[in-house]
Amino acid sequence: MPTTAPPRPHLPRAPVAAPEPAVQATAKIDVSGLDFYYGTRRVLEQISVQIRPNEVTALIGPSGCGKSTFLRTLNRMNDIVPGARVEGAVTIDGQDIYASSVDVVDLRRRVGMVFQRSNPFPKSIFDNVAYGLRINRLTTSREELGGRVESSLKSAALWEEVKDRLHTSALSLSGGQQQRLCIARALAVEPEIILMDEPASALDPIATQRIEELIYQLKTRYTIVIVTHNMQQAARVSDVTVFFWLGKLVECDRTDRIFTAPTEKLTEDYVTGRFG
Amino acid sequence: MSSSEQRVRHFQDELEQLKARLLEMGGLAEEQVRLAVKGLVDRDRDLIARVLAGDGPLNALHIEVDSRCFTLLALYQPMAVDLRAIVAAVKINTDLERVGDLAINIAEAARQYVGHPPVKKLIDIPRMATIAQRMLRDALDAFVRRDTELAQHVLNEDDALDALKTQIFRELLTYMLQDPATIEPALDLILVSRHLERIGDHATNVAEDVIFMVLAKDVRHHAAEGN
Repeated sequence: MPTTAPPRPHLPRAPVAAPEPAVQATAKIDVSGLDFYYGTRRVLEQISVQIRPNEVTALIGPSGCGKSTFLRTLNRMNDIVPGARVEGAVTIDGQDIYASSVDVVDLRRRVGMVFQRSNPFPKSIFDNVAYGLRINRLTTSREELGGRVESSLKSAALWEEVKDRLHTSALSLSGGQQQRLCIARALAVEPEIILMDEPASALDPIATQRIEELIYQLKTRYTIVIVTHNMQQAARVSDVTVFFWLGKLVECDRTDRIFTAPTEKLTEDYVTGRFG
Repeated sequence: MSSSEQRVRHFQDELEQLKARLLEMGGLAEEQVRLAVKGLVDRDRDLIARVLAGDGPLNALHIEVDSRCFTLLALYQPMAVDLRAIVAAVKINTDLERVGDLAINIAEAARQYVGHPPVKKLIDIPRMATIAQRMLRDALDAFVRRDTELAQHVLNEDDALDALKTQIFRELLTYMLQDPATIEPALDLILVSRHLERIGDHATNVAEDVIFMVLAKDVRHHAAEGN
C-alpha cells in the first residue's frame, strides 16, 4: 500500500486548447463581401465564406434568411431574376464567376444544381440523363453517350433500379428515384460542384436516407453545398455548417461544433429550436 | 404558441424533471454516506444495517433517470446546450449511483470495524465525510444552477480530501506497527477513507460535467494535454 498519495486523477486544470480553425486555406469556392439585392432590398449582407473541395457544406437558417439565395449566387441562377444585383466577389478555383468573360452556361455545367422538387423532363430516363450531354455536345458517339448515362446513373445509385427500363418515362419513377435521376442528370455533365436546395424535403425517410448515403459517396469526387431545413440531416451529411440569419452569415464552423458547442448564442438558439 | 415553441417548452419541462430526479438521487446518496459514517463513528449496528439495506430507492432512480435520458434523446434529438445537458445527466446519474454503492462499501467496512475494539477516536474520517458530502452537494447545486464557479470550487476542494486520506493512512500505519491486533480494524478505516476519497472523485466528475454542459469545455484529464 502506498505511503504517499497517488497523483490526483483530475487536477489541476490547464487551459483548454483553442479549436482548430473551421476553414483552412485551400478553398474551392471563395466568397468575399457578397451583397445581394432584389431591387433595392438587400437580402444578403457582407457574406464571406470559403468552401473547401470534397466536403459537404450545409447552409441552415430559418425561412427567408437568404440561404437559398446564397446557394443560387454560386452558379448565377439569380441572374434570371429581374432586378437582382450582386456586389462583392465569388471565385471558383480563383476565377471570378461574375466577370464579364465568364460563360454562364459553362459555369452551370461546372456547378450543377438539384432542386427541392424533383423536376425530370417528360422524357425517358435515358434522355433525361443524356440531355445535358447532347445540348453541350459533350460526347462524340452513341456508345460514349450510353456509357456516360450508365456511369451517371450508377454514381447516383439508380442504375440497378432502372437499367431494364431506360426508355420508359422518367415520370413513372417514384419521388426518391426521380430525385436521384435529377442527381444523375447533374452528374452527367461532369460538374465540379453540386448545389442542392433541400433535395430530400419532399421524400419519405427511406428515400431520404438513400439521398444522404449518395451525398456521402459523392463528396469524394465533388464539392457539395446543400441547403436544408432538417437540422439532423445537416448534422448527418455535412462537414461544415453555415448558419444564416436575416441575410447575414452568423457562424461557420465544423458541423460537429455547430451542433454540440456553437460559438454564437444565436446559432445555439436556432439549433436548439428556440426560434426559427 | 407555435409547435416549435411548444416542443421547446415540453423539452425544458422534461429537463427540469430530469434535474429534479438527479437532485433527489444526490440527496439520497449524500444521506447514505452520512448515515454510514455516523454508524461507524457511533458504532451503531442498527444504523449500519439500515444503510446496507437502503440502496433500493437510489437504484430505482438510477434506472429511471437513464430511461428519461434515452427518451429525451430519441424524441427530441437535442442539439448544442440541450444535448450537453442530457449527456451530462447520463454521466452524473452514473456517478451518483456509484456514490450510493460506496456508501454501502463504507457500511460494510463499518460492520467489520465495530466487531473489534476501536483503534482510536475517529476525527479525520468524519472530516473527510463532511468535505465529500459538501462537494457532492455543491456539484449538484452547480449542475442545477449552471454555476461554473461553484463547479470549479468543487474541483479545488478535492485536494483537501486527498490530503486527509494520506494523513489517515500514515497515522493508522503507526498504530498497526505498534500493535498487530489493530491491523484488521485499521485496514477497515483505511478502506473507509479510500471510499470517501472516491466519493470526492465522483463529485469532481459531476463538477467537470457541469463545466462541459455550460461552457462546452472539457476539463477532464488535463484536457489541454491531449488536445
